[in-house]
Amino acid sequence: MLRAFEKLGDEFLYSLDQMGRMGIFLFTCIISMLRPPYKIAPIFSQIYFIGFRSLFVITFTGLFTGMVLALQGYYTLTKFGSEGLLGSMVALSLIRELGPVLTALMVIGRAGSAICAEIGIMRNSEQIDALECMAIDPYKYLIVPKFVAGIISIPLLTFIFIVTGIAGGYLVGVMLFNVNEGAYIQGMYSDVEWADVKMSIVKSLTFSILIVWITAAKGFFLHRERSGGFGAEGVSRTMTSAVVLSSVTILVWDYLLSAILL
Amino acid sequence: MSSTPAELNPDTKNETAIVELIDVEKSFGRNKVLDRVNFKIMEGKTTIITGASGQGKSVILKHMLGLVYPDSGQVLVFGQDLCRAGRNKLKEIRTNFGVLFQNVALFDSMTVYDNVALPLRERMALPEEEIRDIVEEKLALMDLTGTNDKYPAQLSGGMQKRVGLARAIVLNPKIVFFDEPTTGLDARRSHEIYELFYNTQAQLGYTAVIVSHDVPKIFKLSDYVALLADGKIQDCLPPEKFQRSDNPHIKSFVKTTMGNIYLSEKEEIDLHETA
Repeated sequence: MLRAFEKLGDEFLYSLDQMGRMGIFLFTCIISMLRPPYKIAPIFSQIYFIGFRSLFVITFTGLFTGMVLALQGYYTLTKFGSEGLLGSMVALSLIRELGPVLTALMVIGRAGSAICAEIGIMRNSEQIDALECMAIDPYKYLIVPKFVAGIISIPLLTFIFIVTGIAGGYLVGVMLFNVNEGAYIQGMYSDVEWADVKMSIVKSLTFSILIVWITAAKGFFLHRERSGGFGAEGVSRTMTSAVVLSSVTILVWDYLLSAILL
Repeated sequence: MSSTPAELNPDTKNETAIVELIDVEKSFGRNKVLDRVNFKIMEGKTTIITGASGQGKSVILKHMLGLVYPDSGQVLVFGQDLCRAGRNKLKEIRTNFGVLFQNVALFDSMTVYDNVALPLRERMALPEEEIRDIVEEKLALMDLTGTNDKYPAQLSGGMQKRVGLARAIVLNPKIVFFDEPTTGLDARRSHEIYELFYNTQAQLGYTAVIVSHDVPKIFKLSDYVALLADGKIQDCLPPEKFQRSDNPHIKSFVKTTMGNIYLSEKEEIDLHETA
């Protein structure tokens, strides 16, 4: 019985320690971001990595998400004779929810895991210690470019996801099921409001911060992982936990934001 | 409490301590690694910290670098307490450091050139041509000409160490820390590293702190040898005195690692001349 309490307390203290560490990490990143010198080249290189190299997977996922939404939506709406609402249904689903969430999940899988692994391996091989000893701020040098690139790239990727999704919906709805083209497009015009677009922007911006924050911090504090962050296995374990934690956080945060903004 | 070089050796009385550990204690879980360690590194000198594996030699080094903080006690570098220094102060103190890590810690996704150029690019506002000149000069000093575009993984262990040393001294630091600089190298490569260390120190005049168990070879380069055993610096003495010390830990260490007393180069010459 006493052991169970001991374990519970230990778990609580570890979680508290981890949360404090993550909070200080984010705070230090923000301070480093605001402090000169401002170097543009590393940010561009990260935009290329996080943004440009995710383009194919985002376009592909967006297209098929829009297509399947139109497919499912068409059969449901036909039951009520409301297939004319297909355009607004596809657009609203993509803009409010699926665009930001699925983009975030795809970026976590493609770039977030890589960010965690890269920083984790640097931690394991003492490269981060070497930076500190050379009086080079590892936050400024390693993390800040990823944060800025994430904040720029992820909302843009979300926009691309939504546009290709709407195009996918158009392909299935208008070209395959012969839904009236005017109704499809006019439905979007009349039903999508600025508040929906704003919600999408707010979600994608906050998701971008969450993704880089969690994946980078997990890699940065790899050596403090309780399960042991050493060696290739440690990196892979930490990377998996970073992907799971950031995905779950995105879904929870998405619900909270929707509840606040709706 | 263990003694410091200044207390033990009259020769050090006029020397200035550049790094000082005062009553440093450090535990990892229930394992007490450092137990009230008192220790000084003298300016311009080469100090070797030696001892059996797992005694905490690298932990001491990490305290001096500000990578690990003591549970209690003070770590003074240039008179500043690292434990009380903020991020900016610590960064300022570290501008005087050069470090050669045990695993070298080269940036594996960068070329040799970029590895050595990194501190210059990040810390100095120099034009790229000037950076190129400095990097080329350091690489030539390390006999690494022609390796500019190679990646660390394409180099041998000895060459990686030399790149690490080039990076450590590229900004002409006041103090260079070496963590097991010859681990994993054969006798010839170890000799090369010692020779490079000797030449660069003669040229740049930095204070050197070397963590090593490569005795007695390392004695030839040192001004002081300190033994870490049972969580304490048992003593810190010039190599000749170290070998003749009455301290039971040192006696036992000398006996088990060297078998008999090792003669310094000077003693060898004297002996030869007498004969």
